[in-house]
This record gives sequence, structure tokens and C-alpha cells, in this order.
Amino acid sequence: MFVITCPHCREKREEEEFSYGGEAFIARPLSPETLDDAAWGDYLFMRKNTKGWNWEMWGHATGCRKWFVVKRHTATHALEGAWTLADGRKIYDAEGAGA
Amino acid sequence: MQKDYSVWSLFKQGLRHNEGWDPAWKSPEPKPSYNVIIVGAGGHGLATAYYLAKEHNVRGIAVIEKGYLGGGNTARNTTIVRSNYLWDESAMLYEHSLKLWEGLTEDLNYNVMFSQRGVFNLGHTLQDMRDIERRVNANNLNGIDAMVLDGAEVKRRIPLIDASKSTRFPILGASFQPRAGVARHDAVAWGFARAASKYGVDIIENCEVSSMDIAGGRIKGLQTSRGYIGADQVGCVAAGHSSVLAKMAGIRLPLESHPLQAFVSESLKPCLDTVVMSNAVHGYLSQSDKGELVIGAGIDHFNSYAQRGSPHVIEHTAAAIIELFPMFSRVRMNRQWGGIVDTAPDACPIISKTTVKGLYFNCGWGTGGFKATPGSGNVFAHTIANDEPHPLNRAFDLNRFSTGHLIDEHGAAGVAH
Repeated sequence: MFVITCPHCREKREEEEFSYGGEAFIARPLSPETLDDAAWGDYLFMRKNTKGWNWEMWGHATGCRKWFVVKRHTATHALEGAWTLADGRKIYDAEGAGA
Repeated sequence: MQKDYSVWSLFKQGLRHNEGWDPAWKSPEPKPSYNVIIVGAGGHGLATAYYLAKEHNVRGIAVIEKGYLGGGNTARNTTIVRSNYLWDESAMLYEHSLKLWEGLTEDLNYNVMFSQRGVFNLGHTLQDMRDIERRVNANNLNGIDAMVLDGAEVKRRIPLIDASKSTRFPILGASFQPRAGVARHDAVAWGFARAASKYGVDIIENCEVSSMDIAGGRIKGLQTSRGYIGADQVGCVAAGHSSVLAKMAGIRLPLESHPLQAFVSESLKPCLDTVVMSNAVHGYLSQSDKGELVIGAGIDHFNSYAQRGSPHVIEHTAAAIIELFPMFSRVRMNRQWGGIVDTAPDACPIISKTTVKGLYFNCGWGTGGFKATPGSGNVFAHTIANDEPHPLNRAFDLNRFSTGHLIDEHGAAGVAH
């Protein structure tokens, strides 16, 4: 258990108030009909499941109901921060986390 | 080498104040190379090594383990064994395992304390009861023992349960599998370790894999914390850490690792002679031979590799257990812990070859791996020995996530993923 500060409503709340949305920044393929089964299956099911610093989606389910991204360490539960998707994406790209 | 355990050996060692026992398994230094390396010395990994040696005459096997033997999920589960799964593929796999459980103590010459005390899956709503009837019918068609019981019969068989109509989720009935039960988790790991060791399997603890040596699309060996070890074939049975190993081989898996918690109470006099599970209120419990109530909680929904979960998850389960058994409200809890479970999108395992030749994965057992321990090892050993899946695990190939042939067992898996 940990506390998250929602970047939208700025409320610092317990994790129970939020819902977990899994790995962040998985882009839906632009033209799914051109993909083969393996590539589509990869998009649907395959996950990094990172041990270490993980970029993930959270929704403020019982608060402002908006979604955002969190960078959290999956072995220690330490949080580095929470950002809106747009702001988080910039940091994510600068880190090269998507590579 | 160690001798068979028997009443006679027990008597003889008793006269010597139990000081003459040999170690149950050897812990040698790693050799430069092996024919087969199994990564992960939990129940599944040790069972794989045992059946490889016993049924497929494979020699030169090592089981390597980053921590200590049986210290992962083998030591952290709630010891429930059953095979009442809905779909043919999984029902057959778990039933294969249950049949092995039934002869395991004799086979291993080690008492795994398998106790077929039956498992109840409670239904609290009309939809629960329809699902239960469907599952029981499917089980019977597959030759698996299962029956539907009504609320009064559940109350008759489990006198402590609150079967009144005034509860928030009244008990309408249950499915019951008489051949299901519990086993002693540690004994399973120790029994397989000892039996495998007898066939010359090297069990190497404190040996963590740091990278994989892959050349020309083929596995050559593993770099470990105890040096480089060559191998023709490598089977990964690393539960919650499967994704970490897969990444070393450049393979992507559809797994997410979550903490799953359990807790046990102080010891009580015998009061519950069966296993009770409820998906709807979410809790499951049994009473161990020591008298502790063994209670399984749910998972934390976020990914985690920390072997601990959140307090609100056990709070929720404790509330559910008290709802079912008001008498337990004043029982004190002794210990609580978490394990890392590797959940797959369809709540079914992956027992599969990979794109790397000689590299195999057995993972994705999620919240229900313990019951499958002998069966999982048995079919995985077949997969490694023949470089070809056993008929029972053909449907559990990694390629089902591109063909779309998922086996949706969320209903029968017991713990919501």
C-alpha cells in the first residue's frame, strides 16, 4: 500500500482510492488489419512486467475519475512521481523507457 | 547415498536418538555444464527434474535456485489441491495432476501428507449456482468427481458455517469435489528434491541467473552468481520472476506479477475438516494438521515483485471469513505473508517451447499452481525430453496468444485476477 498524489485534482490519497490500469504508453496499432497474428497478439497480451522502475497507468476511480501515469518501483513500491499522460510521456521519452 | 524411509528405518534411527540420518538431498558445487538445467527449485521445478530422470532417463540434470529450495511460492500457498476446472484442456491437466497426487507419497517415498478432505466452492447468488451446475456437469463429463449440494447440505457437512438467510451473501449451495484436499507444501518440495537427488540430479541453491548465453537461436548456457554453467536445454520454472528470465532471452510473455497474500491463525482444536472456498465474498480456508486456520486472500491489482501485499486486501478477506464463520471473529492471526504470482490473461499456465531452441518456459500458474505441482512437472519433463509438448499441455503453448485459443478459467481459478 502507498499514497499517490493525483496530478489532476492534486489530492494525496491512499492507493485504494485509485484503480490500476497496467503498463503505460501501449499504443494501439494504427492499422490493425495489416498486422499478422503475432504482432496483434503482442499488442493485446504481451507485457514488459518490469522488475524495477515501471511506468504505469492509474485512474482516480473514487476521486476525479481521470487517468494519469505513475513511475513506481515494482520491487520497493517507491513512487518517483505522478504526471498527466502528456507530461509523463515527455519524461518517459527523455528516459528512453519505451525503447 | 540415503536409504528409503520406512517404519524400520524410523525405529532404528530412534534408537540412535535420530543422529544418524543422512541429508535428504545433495548440494554439490555446480559442474561446468549439464544436459538440462531447470531454473527454479520450487515444487514445479523439482518435479520436472524428477520426472525427467525417472520417466525419460535423462541424466546430467541440475536444478538451480536463486534463493533456497522451496522458498518461493511453494512455501507461500494455501496448499489446496483440486481439479474441478471448467474447460476440457485445464480439467484434464489438473486431473492428471490430482491422479499423481494420489500416489505421490508412495512414489517419492516421502510423506507429502496428501489429505483428500474435499473442497467446497460456495455459491451465494443464483448466477453462482448456475455457474456451479455448469462446472459440475462439465467435470462429470470429463470423469472428474464433483457434485452440487444445496444450502442445507452444506450446513450439515460444515456445521460452523453461517447458513442463515440474514447474511449479506447467503449460502445457496456449493460444488463439492470429494477427491480434492490439501497437502503439506514443504514436504512436496523436500520429497521431490530427495527423490530427484537419488537419480543424481544436482540441486544448487543460492545460484541466480544473470544472463543467458544464446548463439544461433540456441541456448548454450547460463551466466549465474556461481559462475558460467553450460547447458543443452534450459527449462525456466520461475513463477513470479518468469518475465525477468524471458527478458534475458529476448522473449515477451503475457504475464503480470502480483502479490498474493495468505495468513494463518493460532492453533485451534480441530473444527474444520474440509476446505471451503468462496469466490463471491472472496476467501478460502482450511485447517492445518497443526490446528491453524490457513486463509488465502486476494491479489493486489498493481504489478509488484515485493513479497508483501496491502493490508486492505487481507482486511477484506478477514471480513469475508467472519461473514462465513462468525465463530472465528475472535481467533487471533499469527502470521501473514505474500508471494509473487505470475498471472496470465486467461488464468491458465504457459507450458511451452520458445523461439529459442532448447529453452522452455513453464509459468503463468498465477494463483493456483500448487495443486498442479506433480502434473506440471510431469508434462514439462515430457516437453523438454521430447522437444515436443505432451498431449495434455499442447493447448497451453505460448502461441495461443496469437492464435486466440485462450482457455478462460477465470471462473474456476478461485482467486480473481
